Amino acid sequence: MPETLVKLSNVTKSYYRDSLEIPVLTDIDLEISAGEFLALMGPSGSGKTTLLNLLAGIDRPTSGEVIVAGENIAKLNEGALAKWRSRHIGLVFQFYNLIPVLTAYENVELPLLLTDLSKKERRKHVETALSIVGLGDRMDHYPRQLSGGQEQRVAIARAIVSDPTLILADEPTGDLDKHSAEEIMTLLSRLNSEFKKTIIVVTHDPRAAEKAHIIRQLDKGELN
Amino acid sequence: MIPVAYSLRNLFTRKLTTTLTVIGIGLVVFVFAAEMMLSSGLKKTLVATGSDDNVVVIRKASQTELTSIVQRDQADVIKAEPEIAKASDGSPLITSEIYVLINLGKRVGNGSGNVVVRGVSPQSMELRPQVKLVAGRMWQPGLSEIIAGKSVADRFKGCGVGETVRFGGRDWTVVGIFDAGATAFNSELWGDIDQMMAAFDRPVYSSLTFRIKDPGLFEAMRKRLESDPRLPIELKREKVYYAEQSRAMSSFIGLMGTVISIVFSLGAIIGAMITMYAAVANRTKEIGTLRSLGFSRFGIMRAFLLESVLISLIGGILGLVAANFLGLVQVSTTNWDTFSELAFSFSITPQIIISSLIFAVVMGLVGGFLPAVRASRLKIVESLRAV
Amino acid sequence: MFVLKLIFRNALRHKLRTFLTILGLALAVMAFGLIRTFITAWYAGAEASAPDRLVTRSAVSIIFTLPLSYKEQIEKIEGVKDVTYALWFGGIYVDPKNFFAQFGVDHNTFFQVFPEYLVPPGQMEAFAGERKAVIVGRKLADRFGWKIGDHLTLIGTIYPGDWDFLIRGIYTGKEPSTDESSFFFRWDYVDETMRETMPGRAGQVGWYALRIDNPNRAAEILQKIDTRFDNSLAETLTETEKAFQMSFIQMSGTIIAGLQVISGLIIGVILLVLANTMAMSARERIPEYAFLKTIGFRPFHLIGLIGGESLFIAGLGGAIGLILLFLVSKPISLAISNFFPVFKIETITIILAICAAFLVGIVSALFPIARAVRMRIVDGLRVVE
Repeated sequence: MPETLVKLSNVTKSYYRDSLEIPVLTDIDLEISAGEFLALMGPSGSGKTTLLNLLAGIDRPTSGEVIVAGENIAKLNEGALAKWRSRHIGLVFQFYNLIPVLTAYENVELPLLLTDLSKKERRKHVETALSIVGLGDRMDHYPRQLSGGQEQRVAIARAIVSDPTLILADEPTGDLDKHSAEEIMTLLSRLNSEFKKTIIVVTHDPRAAEKAHIIRQLDKGELN
Repeated sequence: MIPVAYSLRNLFTRKLTTTLTVIGIGLVVFVFAAEMMLSSGLKKTLVATGSDDNVVVIRKASQTELTSIVQRDQADVIKAEPEIAKASDGSPLITSEIYVLINLGKRVGNGSGNVVVRGVSPQSMELRPQVKLVAGRMWQPGLSEIIAGKSVADRFKGCGVGETVRFGGRDWTVVGIFDAGATAFNSELWGDIDQMMAAFDRPVYSSLTFRIKDPGLFEAMRKRLESDPRLPIELKREKVYYAEQSRAMSSFIGLMGTVISIVFSLGAIIGAMITMYAAVANRTKEIGTLRSLGFSRFGIMRAFLLESVLISLIGGILGLVAANFLGLVQVSTTNWDTFSELAFSFSITPQIIISSLIFAVVMGLVGGFLPAVRASRLKIVESLRAV
Repeated sequence: MFVLKLIFRNALRHKLRTFLTILGLALAVMAFGLIRTFITAWYAGAEASAPDRLVTRSAVSIIFTLPLSYKEQIEKIEGVKDVTYALWFGGIYVDPKNFFAQFGVDHNTFFQVFPEYLVPPGQMEAFAGERKAVIVGRKLADRFGWKIGDHLTLIGTIYPGDWDFLIRGIYTGKEPSTDESSFFFRWDYVDETMRETMPGRAGQVGWYALRIDNPNRAAEILQKIDTRFDNSLAETLTETEKAFQMSFIQMSGTIIAGLQVISGLIIGVILLVLANTMAMSARERIPEYAFLKTIGFRPFHLIGLIGGESLFIAGLGGAIGLILLFLVSKPISLAISNFFPVFKIETITIILAICAAFLVGIVSALFPIARAVRMRIVDGLRVVE
C-alpha cells in the first residue's frame, strides 16, 4: 500500500479585502500517495494556484490541516517552514523565474547552496539534474540565451536537484508553444515513472493534464 | 498626440521613485535659488545704501572710507564748489565724516565682529533720508552719546537704548536706534563727528558726502576736481561707491554659487536620467502597444520628455517654496572689502523665481532627453514581446 | 563566494543605470570633499600658528596703530623672549585684482620671531642694507615672475603715493603649510617717508608679534601686557597667535557655516540618487526574491544580497569620487593659491567621505530590504511587471 504523502483535511482559505471576506478554497479534503502524478484542473480563478501554494508551504490555510511528508506544515514557524521547504519541495512556475544573471548551471545550483554539500558534491548533483532534463551541454548559458522550453527545463532541473519529496508545478506549459509544452510534460512524466517522483501539476490545459494519472477538478474553491 | 494625462498619471504609478527624484530636483533648485537670493540680497543692501544724487569723496586710490584720509583744508576747498546743492538752511548740503572700525562682542555666542563707527554732522541725516530714528532720541552735542543702527542694536552687546559701548577711551551711551532699511548703514553706530575726532585723536576726515544739484553735472565736476593738484581725491556716485564695496564678496558668492549649482545640477540630471531610463525599460510593452495603435515616434518621445519635465517642475516648485522661507533668515558676515560687519538677508525676486523654474525645466529636459529618444526608437515588434 | 558573485553580477545587470549611479555618487563625493577641503583651507592659517607666539594690537580697532615706543616696554615684561612689529600696507600692484599681503617689518627682529620664513643669509644682509629692499615669498615671486634685483611699484592706499621697491630676497616656508605669498618690506621705509610728509603718522606700528618662553604661561603673560597699557592713549589687546588668526576666520563664519550646510546637502543628493536606484532595482527583482524565499533562503540572505549590492555601488562611487577629488584639487589649489596658500586634502576629509559613502550605501538599501523581507511569497510571485 503506497504511503500517503499529502493529506489536506478541511482546508479553507479566504482572503480579506478591507473587511470583506473572499473565500478562495472551501472545505478541501485531499489525499495524495507517494509516486502519484496528479493534475489539478479548473478555470481561472478557481483557486488552483492557491491550493498549490498551500501544499508548497508558501501560504497558510485559514483553517484546516496540511500534512505533507508527515509534517503539519500549517503549524511550523517561518524559520522551520523555510527549512522544511528546502528539503521537501521543488517548485516550477509558469514564467520560469530563473535569475537572469546566473548561468543555467548556477541557477540549478541555487537550492544546494542552502545545504552543507561541498562544491564537488554540488557539481555532481547539478550535472545529474541537467542531464536528466537534457541540457547537459548548455550549462554555461544564461537564460536569455535559451528558448522558453529550455528555460523551463532548467527550472525543472532546479526543482529536482535537491531530490525533494514533492514536485509542484504551476501552469508549467502556460507560456510555451505546443511542441515545447509536449516536451515538458513528457519530462515530468518521466520523472514520475522512472525516478518515482511525486508530481502535482496545476493547469487549465487539458492536453497538459493528459500525461497525469489522476485528474481532479477544482471549481469555485471546491474539489470534486 | 498622446494625452498629457498619460504622462501625468504615470508619475503616480511608482510613487517612491518619483518622490525621490522630485526631492532631488527640489534640493538642487533650492540651492540654486538660495545662492541667487543671497547675491541679490547683498546687492540690494549695498545698492540701496546709495542715493542717485549723492556723491562720495575719498582719497585717491584709497578705495574705501576705511583707508581714506581727507584733510580739513581739502574739505574746505570742496565745500565751496558750485555744483553742491543747498540744504534747507541755505548752506551747502555737504558733510564730512570719519569712519572707524571697532570690535564688539556679539549678543549670541562668544564671537565678536567689527562694527563701523561713523562720526557725522547734522547734514548727514538730511543727505540720507532713508535713515529714520525709530527709538529713543538723537544725541546731544557735547556729550558722549551715539545712536545705533537696528542690526547693530540687535546683534551686538551694549548697543541697545540705554546701554553703553566703550571705545576711544570713553564710554558712550546709546540714546537712540535708527532704521535705514536694507542698507549698510544699519550695521553702523553714528555719533557726533567732533566728539569722535577728539576721542580717536584723528584730526582728519575719512570722507565727504554731498548732494549734487543735477546728476548730469557729475562727470564734469569729477574731472575738474580730480585734476586739481591741491586735491588728491576721487569722486564717486554714492550708488557706485557702495556697489564696489562688495565686489570681492559678490564675486565670491557668485562664483561659489555657480560652481555649486553646476555640480548639484549634474547630480540631479543624472538622477532624472536614471529614473527615466527605468521608466522606459519598465513600460517597453506599453510603448509597443501605443506604437501599434498608431502613435508616432515623436509622440512617444514627447510623452516621456513631458513626464521628465513634470517631475522637475514639481521638484522646482517645492525647492522654491523651501527657498522662500530663507527670506526670514538674516545673514551677517564681514565684508572683505571694508572689513566691517555687514547684515543682509535673502531676497527673492520674480526674476529669481522664473530663473529657478526655467533651470528646473532645463534639468528635466536634459535628463529626460536620452531616455525619451530611446523610448521613441524601440522597435514595435520587440517591444510587444517584452515581458 | 556565491553571494559576492551574485552581488557583482546584479550590479552589472543594467550597466547604464549602474554607471550613471556611480557617476552621480562620484561627482557628489568629489564635491563634498572639495567643499570640506575649502573649509579646512580657511582654517589652515589658525592651525599653522605657533603656540609660543602672541599678537598685541590696538584694543580699539584692528585698523588702529600702536606707538613704536611700546616695543621697549613689552620686551621688559617677564616671560617675553623676542618682540617684533609689522605694519599692514594694503598697496595696489598695477590692478586691485592682483591682491597680496604686504607688511612693513623690522628687519632686525622680524625673522627671529618668525623662524618659519627661511631666508638665505646673503639675502638677509641685503634686506638689512637697503631701505627699499623687499623679501617676497616664493609662491608670490612665481606668480608674478619676479626675480632678485627686480624693481616694482606699489600704489599706496593707506599710505598714499607711489612706492618703489627692490626685491632683495625670496623666502621659502619651513613647513608645507607655511605661507609663501607675502611681501615683507622695511617698516622704516614707510616711517621715514611719513616723518617727512605726514609727521603725525610716523612712529606707529600695526601690531606687535612676540615669542614667549613658555607657551603654558600665555594667558598670564598676555594679561600682563594689556594691563601695562591699560588707561593709556593706545590700549592694547593681546591674544595668542591662534586666537588672532581665528578672529579673522570668524568674520566669515556665516559663509563657512553656509558651505558646511551645502556639503551636508550634497550628501543628501548622494543618498537620493542611490536610494532611487536601489529601490528601482529591488522592485524589478521582486519575483526573484520571492523565489529565493520559496527555496528556503532566509531574510539575512536577502539583506546580504541587497545591502551588499548597495554598498558595492556606494563603495565604487566613493572611491572614484576620491580619485577625482585628488585629480581636481591640484589645479584648484594652484588657481586659488593667492588667497589660500594651503589647499590640502585632510585625512579627516577622506575618512568622512568614506563614512558618508558607507552610510549612504546602508541607508539606500534599508527600504528595499524591508520590502523584500516583509513581502509575502505569494504576493511576490504574483507580480509580473
